[in-house]
Amino acid sequence: MTTQPSYLDYTGNGTGLKAWLTSTDHKRVGLLYLYSMISFFLVAVGIGVVMRLVQLYPFQHLVKAQTYNALFTLHGVIMIFLFVVPGLPAIFGNFFLPILIGAKDVAFPRLNLASWYFFMAGAILAILSLFTGGGAPDTGWTFYAPFSLKTGTNISLAVFGAFVLGFSSMLTGINFIVTIHRLRAPGMTFFRMPLMAWALYSTSWIQLLATPILAITLVLVILERFFGIGIFDPAKGGDPLLYQHLFWIYSHPAVYIMILPGMGAISEILPTFCKRPIFGYKAIAFSSMSIAGVGSLVWAHHMFTSGMSEFANMVFSLLTMIVAVPSAIKVFNWVSTLYKGSIDFQPPLLFALTFIFLFCIGGLTGVMQGALAINVHIHDTYFIVGHFHYVMFGGTGFALFAALLYWFPKMFGKMYSKRAIYASWLPLFVGFNMLYFGMLILGMMGMPRRYYVHLPQFHWMHVFATVGSWLLVLGLLMYFGTLLYAIFRGKKADANPWGGVSLEWTIPSPPPLENFETIPTITTGPYHFAEEEK
Amino acid sequence: MDNTTHAPSHSAHPGYGTFIKVWVALLVCTFALVGLAHLGQGPAVWGLLTLTPLKAGLVFYFFMHLKYEPPLLKVVVLVTLGTLLIFFALLFADVAFR
Repeated sequence: MTTQPSYLDYTGNGTGLKAWLTSTDHKRVGLLYLYSMISFFLVAVGIGVVMRLVQLYPFQHLVKAQTYNALFTLHGVIMIFLFVVPGLPAIFGNFFLPILIGAKDVAFPRLNLASWYFFMAGAILAILSLFTGGGAPDTGWTFYAPFSLKTGTNISLAVFGAFVLGFSSMLTGINFIVTIHRLRAPGMTFFRMPLMAWALYSTSWIQLLATPILAITLVLVILERFFGIGIFDPAKGGDPLLYQHLFWIYSHPAVYIMILPGMGAISEILPTFCKRPIFGYKAIAFSSMSIAGVGSLVWAHHMFTSGMSEFANMVFSLLTMIVAVPSAIKVFNWVSTLYKGSIDFQPPLLFALTFIFLFCIGGLTGVMQGALAINVHIHDTYFIVGHFHYVMFGGTGFALFAALLYWFPKMFGKMYSKRAIYASWLPLFVGFNMLYFGMLILGMMGMPRRYYVHLPQFHWMHVFATVGSWLLVLGLLMYFGTLLYAIFRGKKADANPWGGVSLEWTIPSPPPLENFETIPTITTGPYHFAEEEK
Repeated sequence: MDNTTHAPSHSAHPGYGTFIKVWVALLVCTFALVGLAHLGQGPAVWGLLTLTPLKAGLVFYFFMHLKYEPPLLKVVVLVTLGTLLIFFALLFADVAFR
């Protein structure tokens, strides 16, 4: 089939750690991101478990109150900036985008590797902020002014870390946009691209347009802290709400940076395991673009109780309701794809269906919050925490798990134990819902988020949620343990173990260094299951 | 795929005269802004909102050669500016009605 060595066997760039740290191969860069992100993710999970233990034993002083503030800040910063934002684009976008569109690499391979170095540099700066200066940041991951301007903790370094991470995100975004525009294989028109490529394209535009706003906002925080320029500080005529606006102008679209590639991966998985073309290809493609567009205009729904004008509240409430439409279009199309499909119930499909279920709960609780009257009641409660974990973890997290199961045989050339993965799903699913549905109920009961202690009436549900967190961790350990075992001891995987029809399944597993012996010419759409259509 | 097809479009360079005229226009705008700042916060803010984009536009158009670039690049810049204007409009939905 091919005479090239696989990207894992290629030794032209040396061997060992140096070969990995200097490789500009998009697949190796994708794996660098995978390993570093999963490491950060597991650390942040550990911090989350400690926070649950604090709530299990309130008033027992498991950690000090100030440490608790640092823990939820750190949990948020790691999960958001080091895991879910770069998440699927950096791992699967890097690894699969060129393959999906029939290219040998991304448009700027060196820039691609540089983006990983920016990512690691940002991460190291954020970690350094814990142990230097005034100690670990305690503002929450949002760094809200004026508290972030006044607190004695080491905000400036943490914020600078996030600033550097932003560069990584922008470089990835511009790389993908140019790759999609310039490097598609002959015959690969935009409407012949797999939906993962469409999702990455939409995401990249948000990364490119929204991230600079966060970058400059964080620089303003640093300038405010060092020089007291007074742009956010009300004592100097500044406006703290301006900080919230600027922060969410980036950070709400960032939610779509997190979820859109996950939706793209799900759109790849469903046709393969239903053995039929995806229902509503163009509707899904355009809904990705409209989510990217409208999703950039809804940021102030994070600020309904902040003292913003009533008129703005109404405008942003309306826009928030509108953004639910393209999201719903995707869900309806996914479900319609299943209808009358030849369903092959493999682990990636199980996790993809779990994504749809959990994302629906996350999405619908989001629409609830878009209603102004309800928002006043549940703002800053555990309901919000439950909601965004359903979207970010139930959505992006499970999409990442599904994508990893789907593409794992291609990435590593090994197959994992399907039985062990099915077994890991049960504690993952049960634990997840105990933990985060418990939080939704706690929020409706009035439990505020980020509180170190709680009233006795909330305790039983905290116990329930904490037990859920243990199950969840058990499931995660089983899941990652199974995949880690498969990397070293797994059986050799076929080139096309799932019977997929997109381009990645036409090349060997693991892929050769330059992906294709000869660049393919594309003559059909991406989900052309010819035999099943007869 | 082919990078060589992108023909350079820098044949029509502006002369020094144009640059000096633009520079004088920028100076006039700057002095106008300083003057408006002395009239109070309202005129200063409106001056900043109108004259600063005008100054940026002159720099883009002449000093950064946007005038001599192909239409696609102009459209890209306009789309970016349009996005910024939408963000401004939505911000003013808050600020103007507080």
